Amino acid sequence: MADSAPLLQLHQVSKVYRNGTVALQDANLAIAPGEFVSLLGASGCGKSTVLRMIAGLGRPSTGSLWWDDPSHQGDLAFVFQEAALMPWATVLDNVGLPLKLKGYPPRQIRAIAQEAIALVGLQGSELTYPRQLSGGMRMRVSIARALITDPRLMLMDEPFGALDEMTRSRLNADLLQLWREKQWTVLFVTHNIYEAVYLSQRVVIMAPQPGRIHGEITIDAPYPRLEPFRTSPEFSQYCRAIAEQLAIADAI
Amino acid sequence: MNPLKTLRSRYQSWLSPEVLAPMIVGLLSLTAWELLVRITGLPPFLLPGPLLVLQTLITEWGSLWPALLITLKITVIAFLLAATSGLLIAVLFVQSRWIERSFFPYAVILQTTPIVAIAPLIIMWLRNNTFAALVVCAWIVAFFPIISNTTLGLHSVDHHLNNLFQLYGASRWQTLIYLRLPSALPYFLGGLKISGGLSLIGAVVAEFVAGTGGARSGIAYQILMSSYNLQIPRMFAALLLTTLSGVGIFVGLTALSNALLKHWHDSAIRHEN
Repeated sequence: MADSAPLLQLHQVSKVYRNGTVALQDANLAIAPGEFVSLLGASGCGKSTVLRMIAGLGRPSTGSLWWDDPSHQGDLAFVFQEAALMPWATVLDNVGLPLKLKGYPPRQIRAIAQEAIALVGLQGSELTYPRQLSGGMRMRVSIARALITDPRLMLMDEPFGALDEMTRSRLNADLLQLWREKQWTVLFVTHNIYEAVYLSQRVVIMAPQPGRIHGEITIDAPYPRLEPFRTSPEFSQYCRAIAEQLAIADAI
Repeated sequence: MNPLKTLRSRYQSWLSPEVLAPMIVGLLSLTAWELLVRITGLPPFLLPGPLLVLQTLITEWGSLWPALLITLKITVIAFLLAATSGLLIAVLFVQSRWIERSFFPYAVILQTTPIVAIAPLIIMWLRNNTFAALVVCAWIVAFFPIISNTTLGLHSVDHHLNNLFQLYGASRWQTLIYLRLPSALPYFLGGLKISGGLSLIGAVVAEFVAGTGGARSGIAYQILMSSYNLQIPRMFAALLLTTLSGVGIFVGLTALSNALLKHWHDSAIRHEN
């Protein structure tokens, strides 16, 4: 994958907030189409800042973003840590929102939304309200909403951070399956080493104060990654290597 | 749910402590009041007993009921005006910080000016149309909670949802209709509950002021006249009608609020712990 032209490149990107905080310093990153990349680091290392700038929610102070196809720049979806659902709307209406904002006819929205809901395993919950759902189910709704526009790039900001370990593992597995089916490019922010290793092809390690990219580790395990992978010696080696890198990054 | 169960649960809700407790308190106080009046032999023009008030209400129904209808008409029109104007002004406020900064203080000034003081002026300006003057007075009292609450609500949009709308290129209009207004609904309804009662109070105060100037109007005018004529039981009867109307307005608006928010807002959902 590394040989294909990158979908997106960050070139010497920095972000300084008005109060002088350096959220991100000289970040360089290239993401190839179809890749699954994780940004891993402690809080305050600028990983969310990277995601938000790619999403166009805030501009870099210096440096630049390069897209392979500038006209498709907006063709992305964002999944937040909180499911960020509209509490007054049903699952169906929440999932259909992006298409509604793009002006699709209601009947078409309904059909596509139902498909997306089935894809995340929530068929039958179309007419329930978010507060009737568990945390994991809400996150599934959020993912259904993200995938409804068939995005090229999926930006995920600690989407499973607030979930219990069992729910998180299940959602991890389901996300990988969707990724392989849909051939998205995913940029995934997390502070959980195991999650990053299990999901990603590449783990980008970030360091705080000022936020910066410290280095990266390629996870060379084949997909599909099934449950036994999580307990394999290979898996723990990757985790150890990353933990060491994180410790070094923190010490500098 | 089967109909029998619904009926039973409704029956049970009438017998719930929430309903029973205040009813018992009310009955006991009324009995004490009646006993006090009977035992001390207080003359009715000082304090009529509850039974006398009830009796007067029935005998005076023919003159009090039409008067109440007039007041309620003023109240309802003022309330509807307050609700629409409050909502529109709040929407205007959140379109630009500058509009809000420039005009909000004047809304506050209008609110804090005592209505008793400016009512005579408004009644004089609109002296050909007392009804309109009374509506204006009640509106001034009622519109501020709606502006203030709704503005707050329109500003309290979930940060992530706001970003999401931005990400999908939502227009200003779409953001208002699909995000800001629904987010503000609980606040707007809270404003309505306050304004409902205030509309009635505004109407009553304005009627008092107009009444001292000789203009005939609704139930408050009847209260005023009864007290001038020392018909104190009749005054109490009119007062009772006013109070009951106020309670009715509040109960109605609470029911509306619960019906609109039942699926999603904490205020309308019963939690079992």
